[in-house]
Amino acid sequence: MTPRRDTMNPTLAKGKAMTFIRTLCVSLAFAGIAAPMVAAEPLRIVIDEGMIEPLPFAAPSFVAENPGAAEVAAAMTEVIVADLAGTGLFREIPSSAFISQVTSFDAPVSYADWKAINAQALVTGAVAATSDGRINVKFRLYDVFSDAPLGDGLQFGGGQGDWRRIAHKVADQIYARITGESAYFDSRVVYVSESGPKDQRLKRLAIMDYDGANVQYLTDSSTIVLAPRFSPAGDRVLYTSFETGFPRIKLMDIATVSSRALAELSGNMTFAPRFSPDGGTVVFSLEQGGNTDLYSMQLSSGQVSQLTNAPSIETAPSFSPDGSQIVFESDRSGNQQLYVMSAGGGEPTRISFGEGRYGTPVWSPRGDLVAFTKQHAGRFHIGVMRTDGSEERLLTASFLDEGPTWAPNGRVIMFTRETSGAGGAAQLYSVDISGRNLRKVPMEGAASDPAWSPLLP
Amino acid sequence: MYKVSSLLLLVGALALSACNNPDRYGAGAGGAGGAGGAGGYGAGGITAGGLGDPNDPNSLAYFQQRIGDRVLFAVDQSTLTPEAQATLSSQATWLNQHATATAIIEGHADEQGTREYNLALGARRASAVQQYLIAQGVAANRLQTVSYGKERPLAVCSDEACYSQNRRAVTVIGAGAGA
Repeated sequence: MTPRRDTMNPTLAKGKAMTFIRTLCVSLAFAGIAAPMVAAEPLRIVIDEGMIEPLPFAAPSFVAENPGAAEVAAAMTEVIVADLAGTGLFREIPSSAFISQVTSFDAPVSYADWKAINAQALVTGAVAATSDGRINVKFRLYDVFSDAPLGDGLQFGGGQGDWRRIAHKVADQIYARITGESAYFDSRVVYVSESGPKDQRLKRLAIMDYDGANVQYLTDSSTIVLAPRFSPAGDRVLYTSFETGFPRIKLMDIATVSSRALAELSGNMTFAPRFSPDGGTVVFSLEQGGNTDLYSMQLSSGQVSQLTNAPSIETAPSFSPDGSQIVFESDRSGNQQLYVMSAGGGEPTRISFGEGRYGTPVWSPRGDLVAFTKQHAGRFHIGVMRTDGSEERLLTASFLDEGPTWAPNGRVIMFTRETSGAGGAAQLYSVDISGRNLRKVPMEGAASDPAWSPLLP
Repeated sequence: MYKVSSLLLLVGALALSACNNPDRYGAGAGGAGGAGGAGGYGAGGITAGGLGDPNDPNSLAYFQQRIGDRVLFAVDQSTLTPEAQATLSSQATWLNQHATATAIIEGHADEQGTREYNLALGARRASAVQQYLIAQGVAANRLQTVSYGKERPLAVCSDEACYSQNRRAVTVIGAGAGA
């Protein structure tokens, strides 16, 4: 990105962040994937064109409209800034550089003062706490160098306990207005929380906000649980549990934290369950006599159909967003590769042809890409390819990266990264589909198998 | 569910046999599952029973140590090596001599694979062992299989010295052993 104005060099007090970004730019340059970013008029980040420098913005602490709102106003501002800066597309200008202060939401904006510190975007807001335990939040976004607001001011109301979600919704609005993309901050992640030594790992299902906040445990750690997936409405979770002693698919209602076995099926093991986009069908793997094939089940009737019939391993299915196709992995060629077939089954088409093994394909919510795990030459990678297998790009490399899941807007991927050795532990990381902005998800403890929810309503 | 009820019966029978014969396998020290198994963590639940004296051919310790309760596999393979086949032939002989014993065969994979694929791979390995034992005359209804994928490594380093031990199928003897 070329800054739209070079009037001055802003005070870059956030040295750590800038060092990170510079390091990132250097590594991107070495990787040969950095592309020049062009800022369009009006204020706009064009994500497709890649970025080498984030857009500077100012977000003065939201004005507390009564004393009871002071704490939450400051906390919400921090969440909004963290959301935006965390994308790597935006850079916060620290308040120590501000010439103007914002003490009233409705006071006129002194554009010149924000131009002088090269704040291309300005976010202002105000929070009022009501006596009945609710908060009202207002915000405005300004395109500083156009001397104009960018979109209308908006107001959100909710319970005090919803303050983080409201902050995420404000940040979603800012992200969407500036990038022209749908956003993803007001979303959750279901995952497996891990503890204990490597040979006796304890696992439990947990759910959290996308940024690691508000962790809630959904199961205890009395039995192994694996690979949860959200329903399209985000209200249910499919996962695999060893509760009976044998891996079985379970379906949990999140609101009541109650779960049931999905089906009484013959065979040793059912696993790798995924919802169809309409939420009415579950596609999964069933193992019988050592052979694993894909099946689907209508949730309303319990009716089961076999989708593949091969002596090889067929697993890790994922629906296309329109529900018409399924991408999955199979070792029918001799090792793991990716295939696409009709959602009703039938002859699959192989789409992965590079060196190494390809697994865990996940169709992007935009429909344009498939994310996958690639294993090659003793390393693991998260990558993306077009749905016909073309334009493969590897985004990460480590001892063990696996299990990508898409942000609701199809721009960011979260995955599991596990370190090696006796003390090895799994952590959640995220990365842009450009390969930029690799970050550890800020959370305590070890975690694996993330699955991102849709954007919350 | 057939699997569950038979599993409960199995656990119950083992508990009963342990209660009725507290000294049958030695000093009655608690042992959970096979030494190379998942420690009864999943399949089989928590069980207790003496391992016995490895010099006693009827003991679990004999099965685990002298015969060998596990076989190992090459990377991403479920083919039984000649060495594995020799071990399994001895396991089959023991199982045929102890007609009331049942077993759960646990299939495992090393960490160098994706989670769900490794579950399927572990199932393939457990099934290869099951089929071999059946071919040697062990009744199919005495043998169950379960895959742990890469969830329960035996050795925790991240190189081939450990991986080769983790790519395994373990025959965990259940009820009535030595009867």
